[in-house]
Amino acid sequence: MVSEKDVLYVAELAHLELTAEERVRLLQDLNSILGYIDRLNQLDTGGVEPMAQVGSRHDERTKEEDNPFLYAMRPDEPRPCLPREEALKNAPASDGTFFKVPKVIER
Amino acid sequence: MDIEGLTIDAARTAVLERQVTATALVDAFYQRIASEDGPVGAYLTLSKERAWRQAARIDALADKGDGLPSLAGVPIAIKDVFTTKDVRTTAGSKILENFIAPYDATVVTRLERAGAIILGKTNCDEFAMGSSNENSGFYPVRNPRDRSRVPGGSSGGSAAAVAAGMAVAALGSDTGGSIRQPAAFCGVAGLMPTYGRVSRYGLIAFASSLDHPGPFGRTVKDTAIMLQAMAGRDPLDSTTVEVPVPDYREHIGQPVTGMKIGVPGEYFGEGLDAEVRAGVEAGIQELAKAGAEIIPISLPHTDYAIPTYYVVATAEASSNLARYDGARYGLRSAEGRTLSEMYRRTRDAGFGAEVKRRIMLGTYVLSAGYYDAYYLKAQRVRSLLARDFEEAFAKVDAIVTPTAPTPAFRLGEKIDDPLAMYLADIYTVTADLAGIPGISVPCGKSREGLPIGMQILGKHFDEVTVLRVAHVAEHALAAKLDQEVSS
Repeated sequence: MVSEKDVLYVAELAHLELTAEERVRLLQDLNSILGYIDRLNQLDTGGVEPMAQVGSRHDERTKEEDNPFLYAMRPDEPRPCLPREEALKNAPASDGTFFKVPKVIER
Repeated sequence: MDIEGLTIDAARTAVLERQVTATALVDAFYQRIASEDGPVGAYLTLSKERAWRQAARIDALADKGDGLPSLAGVPIAIKDVFTTKDVRTTAGSKILENFIAPYDATVVTRLERAGAIILGKTNCDEFAMGSSNENSGFYPVRNPRDRSRVPGGSSGGSAAAVAAGMAVAALGSDTGGSIRQPAAFCGVAGLMPTYGRVSRYGLIAFASSLDHPGPFGRTVKDTAIMLQAMAGRDPLDSTTVEVPVPDYREHIGQPVTGMKIGVPGEYFGEGLDAEVRAGVEAGIQELAKAGAEIIPISLPHTDYAIPTYYVVATAEASSNLARYDGARYGLRSAEGRTLSEMYRRTRDAGFGAEVKRRIMLGTYVLSAGYYDAYYLKAQRVRSLLARDFEEAFAKVDAIVTPTAPTPAFRLGEKIDDPLAMYLADIYTVTADLAGIPGISVPCGKSREGLPIGMQILGKHFDEVTVLRVAHVAEHALAAKLDQEVSS
């Protein structure tokens, strides 16, 4: 069961503050959804490899040369990136060279 | 010119043969959008300057008379989760309300290179999170077939635009059913290609291992023509692969004689609407009449797909959405006095309820002490779900199921019950988790006149079979419907 304390802790990890109302609602929603997710524990997954990517199933089953998901590697070479002016165009605050943000002082 | 039922080939031919200029065609579509879209809400932004520029380019090409590319002059819509240079790109979120993208998504570049004209950006659930389009940060989309009902989600704007004749075809994205389910609800064709077949570069990330760009069309053939223009390796997305791209169009119209089609019992159980069942069973019968062999199969882990999906997708989303912090682009709350206060106030103000819910769930399942119990567990079950398909495809060439358990539901019907909303994707999420291709094709209507969708799933990179089966079903069902109307 998720507690009120858990909601506050997870919100902090997620950089959310949430209103008192939102916290109450989320406590209820998280418990209901996680309750449903708990049915995964009905399955014995001993010896089953975790699948993080579509291609990882193939790593397990296929010879390397037959794997259609053999994701391409490329040389680590510098390439042109977005010009500074373009990158700053959407900035909420900028001094023309950098993004400007409030003082970096932790709570 | 009647633009409402226009297909890709008809539009391109009209421009090629100078029955209409691309510019006039674009104008006609903007007129239709102006008169029709108010109560539907399919579009968020119209990219008129860009559309007219491209139309002028196509007209110049047509004047030269050296032939035209496959989508020349075809007006299309782009789901607002794909970046479009110098055009507002919001992902349906207030946090990106004023974001002007500095570059084009690869699929956008490729569609334009094939001659398509981008009319505008379509409404969607915020960051593609939703099954009804009610989670748009701006306004909900209404189903053009019945405006008291949702168009499905999250690509509801794209599906509605095609259904209402406000675009010939459209681009969407599918993470848990977001192309196929709205296609079913709006009565159009919607194709999710294999993971890795189409580039995600410039697709605003929701769940990177599950996000699939794909097309909507008025016909199955139109989705094939769109896919042709989009598919193939992209150096800017390292999960795209080198597998050769076949000529999809060539296979449209080929018979299904002798093809083995699997029907999984698990997809026809409790919770399936009786009319949807009847519609899909009639579709399966048509495939049998066309010479396909229908084989009952089992996908035993189906019940575990939704819980697996909501762990994997939310975990990835919580990480992907960490970038919206008010520092470099998008909304920034003026209230933050310190950096961390700015982050929190910005995210509190910019994200809607469903996005916050998924960020919270995703952060929770990844947090210390729960990672193994939830995230790793779900990844292991994801393997079991993929294995179900591998075993089935050892016996059959394609799998046919309903696309969604019910026809389009009413606005407001499920919005207060997230779990009920999540179950709208019960037949679609598993294909996203496995990365296999799938299409939804219209197969009749309910007594109330609401479209019903049939889903066809195939092996990795076997879009050809999926399209073949879908095309045969589409035509058999249309012929059957004509017969019923005339008799």
